[in-house]
Amino acid sequence: METFQFNFGPWSNQSKLGSKNPIIVGVVGSGNLEVLVEEVDLKGRTQFSLETSIDGFEQTWQAVLSDFAEQKRFANTLITINDGGATPAVVQLRLAQAAQQWKETP
Amino acid sequence: MTKWNTLKLNLVQRLERARTITNNKYVSPEDIVRLLELVIEPGDKICIEGNNQKHADFLSQSLAAVNNQIIYNLHIVQSNIALPAHLDIFEKKIAKKLDFCYSGEQGVRLGKLIKEGLIEVGAIHTYLELYSRYFVDLTPRVSFIAAQSADPQGNLYTGPNTEDTPPIVEATAFKNGIVIAQVNEIVENVPRIDVPSDWVTFIVKAPKNHYIEPIFTRDPALITEVQILMAMMVIKGIYIPYEINRLNHGIGFDTAAIELILPTYGEALGLKGKVCEYMSVNPCPTLIPAIESGFIKNIHCAGSELGMEDYVAARPDIFFTGPDGSLRSNRAFCQLAGHYADLFIGSTLQIDTEGNSSTATLNRIAGFGGAPNFGSDSRGRRHASKAWLKAGEESMHPGKSVIPRGRKLVVQMVETFKDKMQATFVDKLDAWQLMEDFQLSIPPIMIYGDDVTHLVTEEGIAHLHRCSNLAEREQAIRGVAGYTPVGLARNKKVVEELISKKIIQRPIDLDIDPRRATRNLLAARSIKDLVFWSDGLYKPPKRFRNW
Repeated sequence: METFQFNFGPWSNQSKLGSKNPIIVGVVGSGNLEVLVEEVDLKGRTQFSLETSIDGFEQTWQAVLSDFAEQKRFANTLITINDGGATPAVVQLRLAQAAQQWKETP
Repeated sequence: MTKWNTLKLNLVQRLERARTITNNKYVSPEDIVRLLELVIEPGDKICIEGNNQKHADFLSQSLAAVNNQIIYNLHIVQSNIALPAHLDIFEKKIAKKLDFCYSGEQGVRLGKLIKEGLIEVGAIHTYLELYSRYFVDLTPRVSFIAAQSADPQGNLYTGPNTEDTPPIVEATAFKNGIVIAQVNEIVENVPRIDVPSDWVTFIVKAPKNHYIEPIFTRDPALITEVQILMAMMVIKGIYIPYEINRLNHGIGFDTAAIELILPTYGEALGLKGKVCEYMSVNPCPTLIPAIESGFIKNIHCAGSELGMEDYVAARPDIFFTGPDGSLRSNRAFCQLAGHYADLFIGSTLQIDTEGNSSTATLNRIAGFGGAPNFGSDSRGRRHASKAWLKAGEESMHPGKSVIPRGRKLVVQMVETFKDKMQATFVDKLDAWQLMEDFQLSIPPIMIYGDDVTHLVTEEGIAHLHRCSNLAEREQAIRGVAGYTPVGLARNKKVVEELISKKIIQRPIDLDIDPRRATRNLLAARSIKDLVFWSDGLYKPPKRFRNW
């Protein structure tokens, strides 16, 4: 078991804080993961708080999450990930699902 | 004076010797080892029918029991090395040389015996290559085949698993060879005649029914959302623009996912009657919903699949069936049909930066089977179709011939990482090491990179045939290789350009909402669902019944 925190940004496209409801995508299970997205004052940054059951993949996480953050540029967004040993493919699918849901959340 | 009938004269001598055991075609199981010792001669080329599913297992075990002082130096020419007895004959020094296609579960032991010098490998073939060589320089002197039933005259009914029987029998019987059949039962009248009696030399009723393996059943319960996402990409990014209507599907979970979203996703996209109407593939149970909902019109099968017999027999408009109603499969013809289809799609274990793929893993000789013939451009093709012309036109680059020429679509569908974070994309295939270890003349490549038109991963589709040179092609491959070392080494700027040229298309570029990639999109989510779709006609083997 390992825990990491990654920060990206700050991004310039900041909207007003405190209006969005959190969303959750996926489930914790072997080879799967759960993604919780919340609006938090992070001075315009995206923050990932990650707990994974498989050790030794910090660099891969860094690469996957950095690409995602750069692409989506979610300001003031805390993304909490509970990982049960998902492959990057599953991680990306969950993140893409969460991003789509987050964009459509009022 | 040259004698022109030595094979015939030799056959007569062999049959003469067999008279001490039987006066007709029928041999009792207790006498079979003795018969083999009488009709086989040292150095003979022997074919033991043992393909993907059906195996002449009793005859194979009997061959392993012959006296190696009498029978030795045999040259085995058969498609599949799957049973322990197939290798026992080498360990016991009954056989020496081997020409084959595929070794599946015996791969590790085969590798060991080769290294110990007990097996001398001629070559590893594709199915079509080996069948072809039966009619060139590898004609069997004695063949062992498996059939469902025989009548008193010796006509054989193979049952739905005809598979490799026709080329084996044809090559042997018409070159004065000996065909020995093991059958499950002897009946007054066979349901239909698959092999006429005068092509069959001896028949034995085996103590147990011949072995059949259900290797093409994929449980929909195990299909993942990533596979569903990739299936959506294939439909939107390849099947629709190329109007893919004549195709061959591999037998993995990736292609099962495509089959299972045709009735949902495909239906919603209005694709019925436009894609996937004609297929050359085994009767995989995951095809049932697409057949029942009217997508698939015609399927020719290489073999059968346990549990599908009644369903197939009840759908004669879709499948090729005999006058008796049961499936007639034929691997050689199915391979040909698939070779001239518009598209092949399948999975693999390793892909390098040129797009070459291999299922070879270290210490194990897996061999080929059918994928290389399905998964290659058919250069001799002359008839046109929209898919073939479009892919051909897109492959035309400056400096190449001005003659318009089509091209088959060859699609490889893989996730960037396998289980346990093993990267699918590698700088060097294990096949190279295997070539050295087993002193092969070429690395065992399943599908050559220059035949591959499309590479599909969870990252997106790379339209490799549209790349103008090898360097660009390499970046297109790296561009969909995700977070593997090969993917991380991409040139980001070039990959951006490839995305803007639509040589790489990601799910977002194909307007695919990732939230739809859930198991709810599958027309059947379990084996039980497949049984419902089939109206109870599909009867899954016990091991797939979990309700």
